[in-house]
Amino acid sequence: MASGIKQQERQNTIAGWGFMVPALVIFAIFVVLPIIFSVVVSFTNWNGISPPSQADFVGLENYKRVLIQSGITQTDFYTALKNTTYFALFVVPAQTILALVMAVVINQQRLRFKQFFRVSYYFPSITSSIAISLLFMLMYQKDGVINNFLSTITFGLWPPVPWLNDPRGLFHIILGGLGITVQTVPSFMTTVTIGGVTLWNWISGPAVSLLAIIIMNTWTTIGTMMLIFVAALQDVPLQVYEAAAIDGATAWQAFRKITLPLLRPTTFFVVTLGLIGTFQVFDQVYVMSSGGPAKTTLTIAYLVYREGFRNTAMGIGAAIAIVLFFIIFAVTMAQRRITEGKPEE
Amino acid sequence: MTAATNATTAAKADSGGLKRRIVPIVSYGILFLLAAMFLYPFLYAVLTSFKPLPIIAADPSKLLSPEWTADAYRQLRGIGVTRWAFNSAFIAVTVTLVTVAFASLAGFALARIRFSGSRVLLNGIIGTMMVPGIVLLIPMFLVLKVLGLVDTYGGLILPKLVTAYGIFLMTQFFKSVPVELEEAARIDGASIFQTYYRIVLPLAQAALIALTIATFQGSWNEFQHPLIVITVNQDLYTLPLGLALLRGNMGQNLQWNVLMAASMLTTLPMALIFLFLQRYFIQGVSYGGVKE
Repeated sequence: MASGIKQQERQNTIAGWGFMVPALVIFAIFVVLPIIFSVVVSFTNWNGISPPSQADFVGLENYKRVLIQSGITQTDFYTALKNTTYFALFVVPAQTILALVMAVVINQQRLRFKQFFRVSYYFPSITSSIAISLLFMLMYQKDGVINNFLSTITFGLWPPVPWLNDPRGLFHIILGGLGITVQTVPSFMTTVTIGGVTLWNWISGPAVSLLAIIIMNTWTTIGTMMLIFVAALQDVPLQVYEAAAIDGATAWQAFRKITLPLLRPTTFFVVTLGLIGTFQVFDQVYVMSSGGPAKTTLTIAYLVYREGFRNTAMGIGAAIAIVLFFIIFAVTMAQRRITEGKPEE
Repeated sequence: MTAATNATTAAKADSGGLKRRIVPIVSYGILFLLAAMFLYPFLYAVLTSFKPLPIIAADPSKLLSPEWTADAYRQLRGIGVTRWAFNSAFIAVTVTLVTVAFASLAGFALARIRFSGSRVLLNGIIGTMMVPGIVLLIPMFLVLKVLGLVDTYGGLILPKLVTAYGIFLMTQFFKSVPVELEEAARIDGASIFQTYYRIVLPLAQAALIALTIATFQGSWNEFQHPLIVITVNQDLYTLPLGLALLRGNMGQNLQWNVLMAASMLTTLPMALIFLFLQRYFIQGVSYGGVKE
C-alpha cells in the first residue's frame, strides 16, 4: 500500500514535469535568461554589434551616466521621465474614469443597442497600434479632421494647432495666459536644474505633441477598460440595487455607496494595467514623433530602444530599462497602498 | 383636499413623463455620439485610402472626394505587402496554436497534478509577469543574437510560443473545473494524458477560445518584437513592422492614401474576426479582469 502511494507520487512527478517541459524550455530560454541578462548587460558597455562576450564589464558606470553624471544621457533620461510621468498622469485617470462611467451607462438593464455600443467602443482596442498611430498622424494635421472638428464645435473659436509639431507645454501655455512666461518667472526657475532639466521645464506639463498621443492612447484603451468594468458590474447582484431603491436611494447615491466600493478591486486592477502600459508607451512614439519635437515626446521606453539599437549603447539602454522596472514597481506599490488604504465610507 | 392631492400627483406624473421622454433621448444621443467618435476615424481611413493623393493634400479634413481610385492598393502590391501579410498570418497562426497547446498542458499540470516543485514553478511563472516587456527588449536581442536567430522566422516565432499570462490563465481555469469527472476517468483506467485530452480539454473550451483570440490578436498586432529581430531581412517583415518602416522611408513626403490602405489591410482581418467572435473577445477581457 505504502509503496503504491509512492509509486503514484513518482508517476505524478514524471507526468507533471512531462506536461511542463515544452513550456518550460521556451520559458527558460526566452523569459528567464533575458531577465537575468537584463541586469548583466546593464553592467557592460556592449554595443549590440560585436559578440557580447567581447563587451567589458563597467560596473555601475551606465547607471551613473543615466542618473547622476551631468550630460546628455542624464538630461535625456530625466526629460523622458518627466514626459512619461505626465503621460501616465493624464492617460490613467482619464481612461479609468471615462471607462467606468461608460461601463455603468452601458450596463443599464433596459438600454437598447447595448451590443452595438459595446462593439463600437471596444473596436479601437483590437487594432494595430501602428495603424492607429498613422491614422491619427493624418487626423492631427493642422488642416486635418481633429482641428476641423474642434473648430466646428467651438463655432470657429478653436485656432488650428500643429498638434504633433507643437512642443509648447500645456501648463506653460496656461501660465502664459496668466502672464507668467520664461521671461517673467523668478530666475531660480530657469537656473536651478534637477537631473539636467530646469525647474521651469519640469513644470511644463505635457507638450501639445505629447497631449496628442495622450488623447489617442486614451481613445484606444478605453474600450478594454470599459469591458473589464462591465464584467465586474455584472457580478453585482441586482437585489442590492433594488433594496437601495426601496430605501429611497437616488441613482447617484447607489453609484457612490454601492457601485464604487464594490468595484474597488476592479478599479485597482484597471489602474495597475494602465500604469504598467503607460510607463512603457513605445509604438506610438516610434511611428508618430521619434521623440520630437524638441524631445517633448521622448519616453523612457523609446529612450531604451534609441540608446540600445540606434546609438549602439546597449549597456545604457539596459540600465535605463532596469531603472524603469523599479519605477513601475514603486508606482504600482504606491497605488496599491492608496487604493487599499482608503477608509471605507 | 383630495382634489388638490390628485392635481399635484397628476402634475408630478406629467413632469415625470416629460423627463422620462427627454432623458433617454439625451442619453441615447450621447451614446451614439460616442460611438461615432470611435468609428468615424475608421470610416475616414477607409475612404482616404481610395482618394487620389492631391485631393488628400488639398484638404485632409474632408470625408468624401470628387474622385476615387484604387491606386494606393496597386502601389502596395509593388511594395511587397502580400509578403508581409503572409508573414503576419503564418507567425500569428503558429504562435497561437503552439501557445494554446503548451499553456494548456502546463496549466493542467499546475492545477491538477500534484507533483513536487509545482508550487515553486507556478509562483516563479507568475513572478515573471511583474517584469515589464520593455525591460526584456535588449537582453532578448542578446539571446537571439547568441543563438543565431536574428533575421529568422525562428527569432520571430520561438520567443512568443509561451507566455506567463497563458499558463496563468489556463491554470486558473483548470482549477475551477470540478475534479469528479477526472477522478472517474482515472478509476476507469485512463492515463493522465487521456484525462487531459479527452475529459478536461473539452470542458475548457471557453478558456481555450479566449486564450486563442488574445494570443492571435497580440501576435498579429505585435510591433516591438519584430522590430528588434529583423535588422536587414526585408522578406521577414510583418504587417505592423512593414507599415512603420514604410512610413519611415517616406520621410516628410507621406503618401497618405498608401499609408491608410496598408493600415486598413492590417486592421481588416482582426476586424472581421472580431465581428464574428465578439462574444469571445468580451469574455476574454473579463477573464483577465475577474481572475486577477
